Amino acid sequence: MPNQTPPHALDIEDLTVAYRSQPVVWDLDLHVPPGVLMAIVGPNGAGKSTLIKAALGLVPRAAGSVQFFGKPYDEVRLRVGYVPQRGSVDWDFPTTVLDLTLMGLYGKLGWVRRPGRAEFDRAMHALEQVGLQDFAHRQIGQLSGGQQQRSFIARALVQEADLYFMDEPFAAVDAVTEAAIVNLLQELRSLQRTVIVVHHDLDTVTDYFDHVTLLNVELIASGPTSEAFTEQNIRRTYGSRTLKALGVS
Amino acid sequence: MQRELPSPAPVNLPTQSSRPGAGERRGSGFWRGLALLLLIATAFIFVTGQFFDVRYDYTLVIVALGGAILGLLSGVIGSFAVLRQQSLMGDALSHAALPGIAIAFMLVGRQMGALLIGAAISSWLGAQFIRAVISTTRIKQDAAMGITLAAWFAMGLALLTVIQGQQDASQAGLAHFIFGQAASIRLDTLLTIAGAGSVILLITAIFWKELKLLTFDPIFAATVMRTQPLETLISTLIVAVIVMGLQVAGVILMVGLLIAPAVAARQWSRRLDQMVVLAGLFGAFAGSSGAIISATDSGLPTGPLIIIMASLIVAISILFAPERGIVTALWKERHERIMLARRNVLLGLYRHAQSHGNVYATTPEELIIGLYDGEGKQALQWLAQHDQAVQTGQRWQLTGAGVAAAEHSLNEHPSSVTG
Repeated sequence: MPNQTPPHALDIEDLTVAYRSQPVVWDLDLHVPPGVLMAIVGPNGAGKSTLIKAALGLVPRAAGSVQFFGKPYDEVRLRVGYVPQRGSVDWDFPTTVLDLTLMGLYGKLGWVRRPGRAEFDRAMHALEQVGLQDFAHRQIGQLSGGQQQRSFIARALVQEADLYFMDEPFAAVDAVTEAAIVNLLQELRSLQRTVIVVHHDLDTVTDYFDHVTLLNVELIASGPTSEAFTEQNIRRTYGSRTLKALGVS
Repeated sequence: MQRELPSPAPVNLPTQSSRPGAGERRGSGFWRGLALLLLIATAFIFVTGQFFDVRYDYTLVIVALGGAILGLLSGVIGSFAVLRQQSLMGDALSHAALPGIAIAFMLVGRQMGALLIGAAISSWLGAQFIRAVISTTRIKQDAAMGITLAAWFAMGLALLTVIQGQQDASQAGLAHFIFGQAASIRLDTLLTIAGAGSVILLITAIFWKELKLLTFDPIFAATVMRTQPLETLISTLIVAVIVMGLQVAGVILMVGLLIAPAVAARQWSRRLDQMVVLAGLFGAFAGSSGAIISATDSGLPTGPLIIIMASLIVAISILFAPERGIVTALWKERHERIMLARRNVLLGLYRHAQSHGNVYATTPEELIIGLYDGEGKQALQWLAQHDQAVQTGQRWQLTGAGVAAAEHSLNEHPSSVTG
């Protein structure tokens, strides 16, 4: 009864992305069931961020197709949220934390319409969720790195998306921020949202995520953490040196 | 879950090296920047009219208005160029306009509309060339822009020389495009500028939220809206403003009118709307004051004068803007050092006395001077003036108030040193 099962949150087939004829992501198939927390792990240059960007159409695809909830991206754009890498913007940009959060609603608002009372309330609520309500009127340049990351996540939360992509949200953040993000991920899962996170810390994969994708240009493995996050798969992804460093033998 | 609470705005908290402005929510420099500008602008008219024989007659007012509107547009649109880190692109685009002006002149003669269209086409071709070079070769963006800028400008100069050889009577006006000539603005030009300017400002206002998002975070923007038309829109606005501004600022210095007001405005503002408004007003002042000086004095080219005025505003802003200004920061640092020295000296007297068994025991002055130098001496004087310490010979003793302040400072509020 294939029609009765809910569609996958994300279906990627035969995806290849190349940069100057050098493959960055090679012939990749990935199917993500709804309601999971999935980590994408792999060594530097494995194409983790590129995979996300290619799925969202931010970098051109050399080949392959991508569907969200069984539909092309353009039809479900508003159901897909995105948290770019923190370093991808200039934090000296003249704007406030509240204003940055409101940007998450620009998609729903559509062209020209301005955010109103309801949008402000929604943004303030999201800032409370990430513990930044007292910083709403600060300039974004005054935030610490972890606070910047949380403001980015608040911007994604107001999108109220069903599927989130987060690019390295745990990179170089303080313990408070890491705990806050982990809590939010759990909360999103309890709301049946799907979250796909580019992650770099193998130690925390099993604690934070229930699904994992191991990637090194090609897909190595993908599935529930208990099945896919095996010693053999990690070895195939990273080579054996990393494993020794991790104390796995 | 733990939350980081903002520290309550500390008054005189010398031990914490708080970043300038970190605790305050309001009090940005926007209103101060605006007030300063209005003052300078008004004084400018008075001083030039009263002491420099500038005659504010009909022609000059037209020229000044034209310069003001072009400066306003440059400041507004330049803010986006600066924040998008496309300053050098603005320079390339303005230089690239020159051959278009020359060719348009050769084809249809001296008609302002045709010249501007030629400028726009030439500029646009330059931009496309830069894009093509970057995407098809391994040449980096700055080199691609540099070479395009030079090549287009050289072509323009060569063509101007050719025109000069053929029709020496009417080419005079063309050279003005190199350094700018505000005196060329007449009523009909002013109306054209005002009309086009209204459209540009209106478009900026209508697509404000989209332009803001695209400027701040183009990657995220691409996931919530179609950014391609918006990219085209903002490039078109930049080209349009450059092409119109060429008449007063000239191709060489146009980039200054585009960038300087925005850079200055950034110093005074903490929100994009503040920055854009202030940049527009800074640009308007630079444009009109430069135009006024140039139109009244013996044919000095307008471009350099405008840029000198704009650069003055930039210099003042970089030095004196609250929060970001260099002098402001130095002053704040000095203030914090003094506060720290006062606290240290007070506690030093207290601890030294305590170690002698009695908080009212005396401390030799050279001990404090040895530890804290001139700042220590100033701090002692301050304490004496505020009855927290008294001098007897070469020794210092805390007063009752001094002991209370020291203990208060140690216990609860480190900020209470100053009472």
